[in-house]
Amino acid sequence: MNTDLPSEVQTWIGQPRYEEAGEFEVERGYMLTSLASVENGNPLFWDADVARALTGGWIAPPTTISLWFRPHWWAPGRAKARQPLQVHFDLKEVLGLPEAIMTENEIVFHEPVRPGDRLTTRQILREVSPLKTTRLGQGRFWVIDVEYMNQKGQLAARESYTGFGYVKGGA
Amino acid sequence: MGRGIGRLLLSDVAPGDEMPKLAYDVTATTVILGALATRDWRPMHHDRDFAQQRNGVKDIFLNTPNQAAWFERYVEDWTGPLGRLGRMKFRMRDSVFPGARMVFQGTVQKVGTDEKGCGWVELSLELRVGEKTMTACEARVAVPVSETDNPWARKGEDWKP
Repeated sequence: MNTDLPSEVQTWIGQPRYEEAGEFEVERGYMLTSLASVENGNPLFWDADVARALTGGWIAPPTTISLWFRPHWWAPGRAKARQPLQVHFDLKEVLGLPEAIMTENEIVFHEPVRPGDRLTTRQILREVSPLKTTRLGQGRFWVIDVEYMNQKGQLAARESYTGFGYVKGGA
Repeated sequence: MGRGIGRLLLSDVAPGDEMPKLAYDVTATTVILGALATRDWRPMHHDRDFAQQRNGVKDIFLNTPNQAAWFERYVEDWTGPLGRLGRMKFRMRDSVFPGARMVFQGTVQKVGTDEKGCGWVELSLELRVGEKTMTACEARVAVPVSETDNPWARKGEDWKP
């Protein structure tokens, strides 16, 4: 364990946090917008006959998985903006690292996601590095896993993000 | 369903095979559309001032889930609709900015079947700008082992991504 970490952060490592349902059901509109953004013409996602034949109906493009748990920019009655991957933002705040980027991403795909699904996610901090200096500045790398379950309790995907939180230009 | 819609079989593939390259000119619209399509509202993906002043980079840049979507598109262009991604891992070594001509390229690393008879292809992929690899990706994708096989039909213990 990295003992120069605040004790609060040390208690987060390995603990599932922020188990929550997505704010809306999986729907076709966002799938098509995502496909259009990368000009993905895979007929599985555009042709109902192909979708029916291969997957028993529409499924979401696998890499849209994180889209379904990202909160709205604004919602009525919400005093403070909700963040996706809240553990990432908690680390920035507690470690005093105001900037951050993602450097690595891994997704393992299980049960396909379909329109009407309501995903539940939880976040698990896996590790935090000692202080390191990169061309962006001085900071720490961290690894956060996200698990996505559908409303039937089936695992849809496991994702792992490596982020680098830093002070620009060095501490 | 015939091969007219791009049906790749496991027997069509061998280690060392190179995938056709895909080139795409990145604009500010590419970056912003990609961010909003993935519901990523962070300003470094749509606000150049923020990207420069806060992140210390030269411009807005492609976000993580949109890069995943680009790699998915690249793989599915090659496999056709029966290709089913099992896993994907990528490392972003540098940022992709508007004005870049990004080129995707890939090589087959491994071909085989698992104990359940599912056909797997392991790919080494790159997103390059000029001579530089901006993002390096490893992907594992299931493809049919026969004309009647459908990787999407696999569930539970028969699906080992």
